[in-house]
Amino acid sequence: MIAASDVRTARDLGQDRPILQLTDIWQRFGGLVANAEVSFDVPRGEILGLIGPNGAGKSTLFAIIAGARKPTQGQVVFEGRDVTALDAPSRCALGIARTYQVPRSFDSMSVLDNVMVGSFARHPRAGAAREAALEVLEFCGLAHRAIVQAGELTPPERRRLEVARALATQPQLLLLDEVMTGLTPSEARKGVELIRRIRDRGVTVIMVEHVMEIVMPLVDRAVVLNLGRVLSKGAPQDVVRDPAVISAYLGDRHRAA
Amino acid sequence: MGTAAVSSGATQGVVAGYRVHRRRQVLSVLAVLAVLALLPLLVHDAYLRNVLILTLLYASLAQAWNILGGYCGQISLGHALYFGIGAYATSVLYVNYGLLPWFGMAVGAVLAAAMALLLGWMCFRLKGHYFSIATLVIAEIGLLLMHNWEFVGAAMGIQWPLGPDSWATLQFARDKAPYFYFVLGLFAITWVISFQVEGSRWGYWWRAVKDNPEASESLGVTVFSSKMAAAALSASLTAVGGSFYAAFVAYIDPDSVMHFRFSLLMVLPVVLGGLGTLWGPLLGAVILIPLTEVTRSYLGGSGTGIDLIIYGALVMLVSVLKPEGLVGLFGQFRGRRGAGGAA
Repeated sequence: MIAASDVRTARDLGQDRPILQLTDIWQRFGGLVANAEVSFDVPRGEILGLIGPNGAGKSTLFAIIAGARKPTQGQVVFEGRDVTALDAPSRCALGIARTYQVPRSFDSMSVLDNVMVGSFARHPRAGAAREAALEVLEFCGLAHRAIVQAGELTPPERRRLEVARALATQPQLLLLDEVMTGLTPSEARKGVELIRRIRDRGVTVIMVEHVMEIVMPLVDRAVVLNLGRVLSKGAPQDVVRDPAVISAYLGDRHRAA
Repeated sequence: MGTAAVSSGATQGVVAGYRVHRRRQVLSVLAVLAVLALLPLLVHDAYLRNVLILTLLYASLAQAWNILGGYCGQISLGHALYFGIGAYATSVLYVNYGLLPWFGMAVGAVLAAAMALLLGWMCFRLKGHYFSIATLVIAEIGLLLMHNWEFVGAAMGIQWPLGPDSWATLQFARDKAPYFYFVLGLFAITWVISFQVEGSRWGYWWRAVKDNPEASESLGVTVFSSKMAAAALSASLTAVGGSFYAAFVAYIDPDSVMHFRFSLLMVLPVVLGGLGTLWGPLLGAVILIPLTEVTRSYLGGSGTGIDLIIYGALVMLVSVLKPEGLVGLFGQFRGRRGAGGAA
C-alpha cells in the first residue's frame, strides 16, 4: 500500500504527465470484440466524458482501467506506471476508484459501514476510518443517512453511496459509471455539483453517461466509443458536431443535418 | 478526505453512538459471563452439568464457525475436520508422548489453521454452494482417513489414561465443575475475539466480501486473503474446542469427534441465533443443545436423529419468519445495528 505522502510526491513530479494513458486496448470475448484499438490519454484534473451507444464497450473499458478485467491486449499506464498486470485492490491502493452502473452496495451493512470499507484502504485503524468515512458522507450529502442500512436507501441515494464509497479510498482517478441515470432533474443538478466539487479537490474524473445534456456542459473533454472503438475525441462541442458521432447515434440519414 | 472538515453535531453523534453501543456490548458480556459463572453453584446434578458444559462448548464452536460462515459468508460444512484435528493432536501428544493437553491444544490450533489455509487455497476458488459441498466432502475424506490410520488408533480410537484430578492434565473425574469453567473461558475468548475482529478492518472486510466480493475488490479489499484469515482464525478456535472435548470425554474415535453431525451442530446454532452476529451463536446453542441432550436421553438410541428433525423444523421456521435470526427479536439489537457494527 502506498502512503498518501508518496502519492503527493509522485503528483508533484509528474504534474504535466497524463494521469492515465491507454494504449491499444483490445478486449475479446470469444468471437466478440468489446474493445478494439482503444488509445487515449486523460490529463490530470480533467473531467472526461466517455460516451457512446449501448454496447459500445464503455463498461468493459471501465473494468479494464479499474483492474477488474485484464485486457486481451494493450497497456494501461497510471501515473506513469504500467498497471496492466495489477489487480483491482492494488490499483485501488495506487489511487483508482470506481462506481458500478448497477449500484453494488453492501446491503446488510449501514451506510457508514459501507463507506468505511473504502476508507480502510487509507486508514487501517477503525477509529480513523470511521472519522474519514463520516467526512466523506458529509461531503456527499449523505451524513444524515449514516446509520441507515444500505438496503433501505432510495435509488438516488444508492448512487450517492457508490460515489461516497469510492471517494473514501482517496482516489487520484475516479471512474463514475452512469451515476446520473434515473435521477430527476433536480437530483441530477445536485449530482453535477457534487462531481464538480470532487474535481475541485484535485481528483481526475472519467464518467460514463448517456444523458447528453448533463454530460456535455460538465466535461472538459469527451471520448466517443462505438462498437468498441474510439470514434471521436476532443472538446464536447466539437465531438457532438462530428459527423461520425451523429451517424453512430442517429443513423446516416441525419448526417446532412 | 485529507482536509480537516469541521464535523457536524450529527457526525459526532454517530461516533458517540457507536462508542456507547460497543460499551454496552462489553457490559452485556460481563453480565452474561457472571451469571453463567454462578450456575455450577446452583446446578449440582451431574447430568445437567454435562448439558451445561456441552451447551457452552457448542456456543464456542458456533462462535468460531460464525467468523468464517457468519461474517465472511463462507458456509463451511466441514468444521468437524478442525474439531477432529484439535481432539486428535491433543490425544496423541498426551497419550503417546506424555505432553500436556495444554501443549496439544496449541499444536492442534496451529495444525488446524494450517489445514484451513491449505484447504482455503484450493476451495476459495469455488463459490457459494460449491464451496460448501467441497468442505463437506473434504471433512468426510478426513473421517475415512482417520478410520484407517493405525498411528492414531484407526477405528479403535484413543483412550486417555486414568489419572488424578488436575488442571495440568485437564482430568476431572469426580467433579465436572472445572470443565464448566474451562469451557466458559473458551466461550469468553471466542466472544472477545469475535467482538474485536467485528470492530476492526477484518470485520468490515469480511462483511463486505460476504455482501459483494467484486465491489469489495474495487475498494481495496483483498478478497482471497480476507477469506484465508477468517478460515485460519475460525479453524484454530474450533480445534481448541476439539482439544477440550477430547480431555472432557477422555476417549475419542473418528466417529465421536469427526462425524458430520459435529459440523452441523456448529452451523445450526448460528443460523438459528443469527448469522454474522455477536450473540446469535450463544442464543442458538442455548436453545438447540439442551434439546439434543433431552431427546437423546429420553428417546435413547431409537431417538437418534429426532433432534435433527426438530432442528430442521426450527431452522425452517426461523428462516421464514425471522431470516436475520433470533437475535432480531431483541429490540435493542435492531436499534443499534445501524450504529456501526452488526448486532
